[in-house]
Amino acid sequence: MYVATKGGERAIENAHAWLAEERRGDPDVAELGLEQIQQQLSLAVTRVMAEGSLYDPDLAALAIKQARGDLIEAIFLIRAYRTTLPRFGLTNPVETADMACDRRISATFKDAPGGQVLGPTFDYTHRLLDFKLAADGDVPDAPRADPRMEPTPHITTFLQREDIIQPEPGSDETPGDLTREPMAFPADRDIRLQSLARGDEGFLLGMAYSTQRGYARTHAFVGELRIGKVPVEMEIPELGFAIEIGEIDLTECETINQFNGSKTQPPQFTRGYGLVFGQSERKAIAVALVDRALRWRELGEDNLGAPAQDEEFVLSHCDNIQATGFLEHIKLPHYVDFQAELELVRKLRRETMGDPQEAAE
Amino acid sequence: MSAYNFAYLDEQTKRMIRRAILKGLAIPGYQVPFASREMPMPYGWGTGGVQVSAATLTPEDTLKVIDQGADDTTNAVSLRKFFERTAGVPTTEETTKATVIQTRHRIPEVELGEDQILVYQVPIPEPLRFLEPRETETRKMHSLEEYGLMHVKLYEDISQHGAIATSYAYPVKVAGRYVMDPSPIPKFDNPKMEMAAIQLFGAGREQRIYAVPPYTQVVSLDFDDYPFEPTKADHPCDLCGAEDSYLDEVIMDDAGTRMFVCSDADYCRSRRDTGHTVTAIGGTV
Repeated sequence: MYVATKGGERAIENAHAWLAEERRGDPDVAELGLEQIQQQLSLAVTRVMAEGSLYDPDLAALAIKQARGDLIEAIFLIRAYRTTLPRFGLTNPVETADMACDRRISATFKDAPGGQVLGPTFDYTHRLLDFKLAADGDVPDAPRADPRMEPTPHITTFLQREDIIQPEPGSDETPGDLTREPMAFPADRDIRLQSLARGDEGFLLGMAYSTQRGYARTHAFVGELRIGKVPVEMEIPELGFAIEIGEIDLTECETINQFNGSKTQPPQFTRGYGLVFGQSERKAIAVALVDRALRWRELGEDNLGAPAQDEEFVLSHCDNIQATGFLEHIKLPHYVDFQAELELVRKLRRETMGDPQEAAE
Repeated sequence: MSAYNFAYLDEQTKRMIRRAILKGLAIPGYQVPFASREMPMPYGWGTGGVQVSAATLTPEDTLKVIDQGADDTTNAVSLRKFFERTAGVPTTEETTKATVIQTRHRIPEVELGEDQILVYQVPIPEPLRFLEPRETETRKMHSLEEYGLMHVKLYEDISQHGAIATSYAYPVKVAGRYVMDPSPIPKFDNPKMEMAAIQLFGAGREQRIYAVPPYTQVVSLDFDDYPFEPTKADHPCDLCGAEDSYLDEVIMDDAGTRMFVCSDADYCRSRRDTGHTVTAIGGTV
């Protein structure tokens, strides 16, 4: 005998309790501290801050712990928290030319003012599992030198003097805010870059890779990649001037792209740009490549019908919180729709196949 | 939960959503873009409906939440609990006692009244989306009232299948102007949409709100020679005997015995409470 299922509430509570137990794991193993996550899983922390659009390493570490290391779940926790926060105002634009760089490389010039600084990179490590690390994580002190004090201007400024790269006109306009205004197409570049900055790293990596493999190829050189700290300043109305309210880690990538000219533009280099919280080179480079591919209209290039050129396609699908929500919602009950489909398919089958018994005779 | 405002959202956000709702009511069936917020439940779980309900609820309201017609489906339980915690409003399972009803995939069987608001959770608000994936194009089509593509699709259904092969989220035309997605309700529910209650539709991920004001004409698209037909399983309810309610099909055993029960849990229970029963359960194989 069928009894309408009751007790959904108890099932949910019990599921949550079990989840909490699973998150904690074996209680005989020491619990993970937030400082440990922040210090030793720092790239996970910065990814959560970047895609969560909230620069707060403490909260990002908490989200990672709560999400059992599922970074998209952690990003979701941060987004849901972020949206409840009051807005005090806007900071001044950060000046990345004055960045205190931990890392700064150019793939286009052997040397340049500010120098090539490798910094803490995986680039030239050999990917051999370090079995010693499993037992003992002690590391010898890294050698130290005095920091280079000279300014580190952007590589593109040198090309700009020669007028050989497309200029980026400055603007004092307040950029749009995609978290406060619904996205509308066509989107301006400020909104596009915002959307890409919080977009899913994996999605953008795939999109950027597709341009390299010929789906709207943009011939990108990494003009410059820099990682480091910049001060954040804000005008305080009561004071009448800007004060520093903190500093943040950023990764900035500027690509220099070959360009043969078009109907409207002379031959010159063009640019793609990516700016991401924390140390996230893969993401910053991917954003720069996708940004450049999306600029085809502005530069008078042909639309080749490539996915990475399609603003509506890229921006509508790069947000992993939207994507994972809609993808996973199909596990919610759909009895009613499915029932309607059942009736329809049965009806159509009856009509196309005739009465099954009649057909057998 | 004192760290959060009444019904979770801050007043600024509610004001923005209310503006969108009022605009939607002023232009029935038109999809109003709104700056949807990230909610503490995932996109796809009803974030649009939750935002509309949050902006609609007052402390005097009584809330009912259903999913697939039932109050006890897990997500309905979870959303009801969310509002119990954040708004502290009384909740009910009785359709007639609710002033705000948030629903996913169904319209209750009993007729709703003028003092009620029905809030739908909407996954894809654009009825033309599966014919034209681009928002820039579909907005243009709506503004030009260019719905030929939809009629061609329905016509092709008939020529291929002998019938319109859409069984839920069946498109409607509202007040003679906008073609609208009624959300994934079964087409059985479409005729109920001409009702006395206010109907509000929230699509969180897609950032759209739309509305049907009370007593507004809602026409399911069809052709003169292939008129719209609301359908349901050809059975009475095996619990309360109702012949007029939408039914869920339940598999009873390994042999595939089926039984049919009302999808609207409150309707079925209230009928049984007033003496409607079925003496022998007639399972069908």
